[in-house]
Amino acid sequence: MNAQGERWTAEQVLALAPDAASRKAGTKLATPGPWSGAGTDGGGRADGGAGSVWGECKGSGSTPYRTVVDLAGQDGPAFHCSCPSRKFPCKHALGLLLLWADGEAAVPSAAGAPPGWAGQWLERRRQRAERAPGGAPASAERAPANAEAARRRAERRAQRIAAGATELEQRLADLLRGGLAAVEGAGYGQWDETAARMVDAQAPGLAAHVRELAAAAGSGAGMEWASRLLEECALLHTLNQGFLRVDRLPEPLAATVRARVGITSDAAALLASAPPVRDHWLVLAQRDSDDGRLITRRIWLHGRSTGRMALLLSYGAAGRAPELSLPVGLAVDADLVFHPSARPLRAVLGTRHGAPAPCPEPPPGGDTTAALRTYGEALRDDPWLEAWPVVLSAVAPVPGADGRGWQVADADGPSALPVDPRCEGDSAGLWRLAAISGDGPVRVFGECGHRGFTPLAAWAPDAVAL
Amino acid sequence: MTTTWNDLVTTALLGTERRAVPVGVREPGQEPAGALLDAAAVRTVQRRAALLPVAARARPEPAPEDGRPPLPAAARLRLERLLADRAGAGGGGRRGGAAPDLTELLPQWLAAANGHGFRAPEALLPALLEAARARSDLRPEALALGGPRALWLARLNPQWKYALRGDAAGGAALAASGVVAGAEGRHVWEEGLFAERVAVLAALRRRDPAAGRELLGSTWGKERAEDRLMFLDVLREQLSPADEPFLEQALSDRSRNVRSAAAELLTTLPGSALAARMAARARACVALDRTTDGGPRIVVEAPPECDGGMERDGVVAKPPSGRGERSWWLSQLVEAAPLEIWCERLGVGGAAEAVALPVADGWQADLHAAWCRAAVRQGNAEWSRALLGPAAHPPAPQGSSWLDPARLLSALPAGERAAWVAEFIAVHGLSEAFRLLGVCAVPWAEPLGAAVVDALDSARDAGGYPWSFSGVMGLAERCLNPAQADRLSVLTTAPGGPAVASDYWTEAFQRLIGTLRLRATMQRELAEGAPEKTAR
Repeated sequence: MNAQGERWTAEQVLALAPDAASRKAGTKLATPGPWSGAGTDGGGRADGGAGSVWGECKGSGSTPYRTVVDLAGQDGPAFHCSCPSRKFPCKHALGLLLLWADGEAAVPSAAGAPPGWAGQWLERRRQRAERAPGGAPASAERAPANAEAARRRAERRAQRIAAGATELEQRLADLLRGGLAAVEGAGYGQWDETAARMVDAQAPGLAAHVRELAAAAGSGAGMEWASRLLEECALLHTLNQGFLRVDRLPEPLAATVRARVGITSDAAALLASAPPVRDHWLVLAQRDSDDGRLITRRIWLHGRSTGRMALLLSYGAAGRAPELSLPVGLAVDADLVFHPSARPLRAVLGTRHGAPAPCPEPPPGGDTTAALRTYGEALRDDPWLEAWPVVLSAVAPVPGADGRGWQVADADGPSALPVDPRCEGDSAGLWRLAAISGDGPVRVFGECGHRGFTPLAAWAPDAVAL
Repeated sequence: MTTTWNDLVTTALLGTERRAVPVGVREPGQEPAGALLDAAAVRTVQRRAALLPVAARARPEPAPEDGRPPLPAAARLRLERLLADRAGAGGGGRRGGAAPDLTELLPQWLAAANGHGFRAPEALLPALLEAARARSDLRPEALALGGPRALWLARLNPQWKYALRGDAAGGAALAASGVVAGAEGRHVWEEGLFAERVAVLAALRRRDPAAGRELLGSTWGKERAEDRLMFLDVLREQLSPADEPFLEQALSDRSRNVRSAAAELLTTLPGSALAARMAARARACVALDRTTDGGPRIVVEAPPECDGGMERDGVVAKPPSGRGERSWWLSQLVEAAPLEIWCERLGVGGAAEAVALPVADGWQADLHAAWCRAAVRQGNAEWSRALLGPAAHPPAPQGSSWLDPARLLSALPAGERAAWVAEFIAVHGLSEAFRLLGVCAVPWAEPLGAAVVDALDSARDAGGYPWSFSGVMGLAERCLNPAQADRLSVLTTAPGGPAVASDYWTEAFQRLIGTLRLRATMQRELAEGAPEKTAR
């Protein structure tokens, strides 16, 4: 948005907000009125980006709140505010950053050092950051013992999961023996219990599958319903069988199975062990989902030279935004490490080699047929894949009747992808796509799967989140 | 024999205990249920991997082009924030805090953006249509900014039907985009949706009043009554004596509402035959009596009956409950008669003298109330001024329910209006000023702005609480000239009033200042990227 690329855009700032209420409250505070002594400095960053932002915000009390944000941290921005809010970042930090995003007039670049109260916090933080790498060798000495303990833990966990998978197989066999018709219209109760047992068995992936199955079971009646339920049962059965034979599978597939049942690799271990892929990663889309306890943020990336798709996940406990936030539409020169898988997609962000920069062009794409082919090929490696990220180079959305049955059609061709019905619940994004298109061709990024297409971003010609 | 997916589903539905699994087991000793799931898994993945696109349904017509320039980047971002703030807004502690209320600034922003001739960013059209769906006061400006693409989009989503309906709001979008020329306009007039037809008529009327009237006349007999009523309203703009024959003919319309609308339009044409008829009737009822001792006074003889001619000219025969029918008829006659007749009839030099004359037998309230309505309807500044009187000492005694200064003010030129209200506030304070401020042009011209700031300052010094003035504060946030921000910021630091109230005042003033500065920023953002100023 601004020529120097130093200050963030308002969208980037708002992406940090933990919830809608904070977005709103932060936006309201993004006016010069309540603020005094606001400033920013470069913080000695090599890339010339902003280092920190600070300001005092007049609230309802007699003393103003003191807010400071460190933008230079390796793990994304850090916040400190003297207000009692438990939201993180609080509305003051958001308001201050929005004001800063507005430009030099509202939050000027300071000639000298930040005021004492802000400087102290920043100083302490940076000292901690410098100490942290130095601490690593000390723990390495205890490594052999730790590694042995970790191996034993992993073994015990594998046994528990295997027991869970066996139990689940029994449940599925019982279900199929008695017939699916017997559970038609049955409540969630019995499945909830099974899901809870899978959580106990330390197999959150299996638990999630069971919940999917419960949703399919509760979703209707008739052949179509039975068909969906059978699909879910069959794929869950395959996953169970895969895990029970995991040591006989080729390693990439074994890694996929382990990830699917819920054994995730630790990000730090991954960064230390696997080779990084350096590229200019264009940030395609960022989307949060909130299940009440946990906010999951998905960030999709596309590597300009490798042509690879990547997915970063970041979590935030209730009331806190996930820490990782990348600006949609910009490209980051960075190392990514992919989680081991037969079809690698999920990745961890390693070293960033520069500040996000504008990307000269949107990623290349194909038509609807190519999108489904890509998904089909991905299934060859990972049969449990629900969808795969794709770019459609020239499509137009076709609204359905009564807000259902949307399609994304090739701009000059007879073919279309149905839009995933789950997108139609909150159709704001679809309408935004329709408005951008005006029935003309647009480039759209989204996930293409067996339930249909989920649009996530479009280029008009700048990236727009959907 | 090959096994189909349906075979597998049927077996699964009934259960492997009741029905044989149509596939062989993968390994010896495997349960039939396991074999069924194995086969189903293979089929599932096969099906998913072999998915092909479906046939595309009929696509909507391409959206029409919008030739207006796009918003500057900063203004675009501003609109996004104004619209985002709307989501989840509503009630709850809206007045609190020192931060501006963005929802209140949206109408102003939209009007300013339209004034510069921008079009809305495509990606924000859904949010804009949603905002205007919830708030009908936003519709005309929001749809004008949205232009033809907003209408195109609204046609696809039943939620946004309002944009294509009734009130001229929807037409604003069309009018803004200028798709109403020539044969195309004629086509839209004959085939289009109601809102589009209103837009075509309004645009043509603005360009060529006679052509507009003729277009309407060409289909007049076939229109539905409620449509005829709306179309008549379009004629209000550029009304001239040339429209009289058409309106006279509408006085015999089948619909009573259409008849009275036509009559009302004719009364705003002082030279019309209807106005002359009303003048004659009104004259017959009001006269000057010079014979009494206390000097000349006005005597009133209300009409004895409401005849067919009166009814045809728009006089409603049946009074509202609680009102005498003769005084009801009288007030309608006086209201519809051109005010110009009174000076001659009453033998006075001007409106002020006429208003000053005493009225016999308690008819003053009825007569003056009718004059007020006539002054507003005919937009007569001289009579409005006379009926209003000086702001410092309004002539009407307290409790004159008929005197509505806010409405009378609307007939005065903007500058005079602001000056009158400023004087009123200087004398009477803010407590009665809310409605008066509401009719003043935005931003408030001086000396009005300074008067409001002074009055707020003295309210604080008097120890009042800011929420007693929340209505005026809210108006001030929207209407005060941003240039007043600097004066106000001095007030926030000045001590005054009891300590507790003082804190609240500081907060209230801060909020006011913040909003004013924000408004200045918003205007600058729009002006900086504005194309050459286009008249609108």
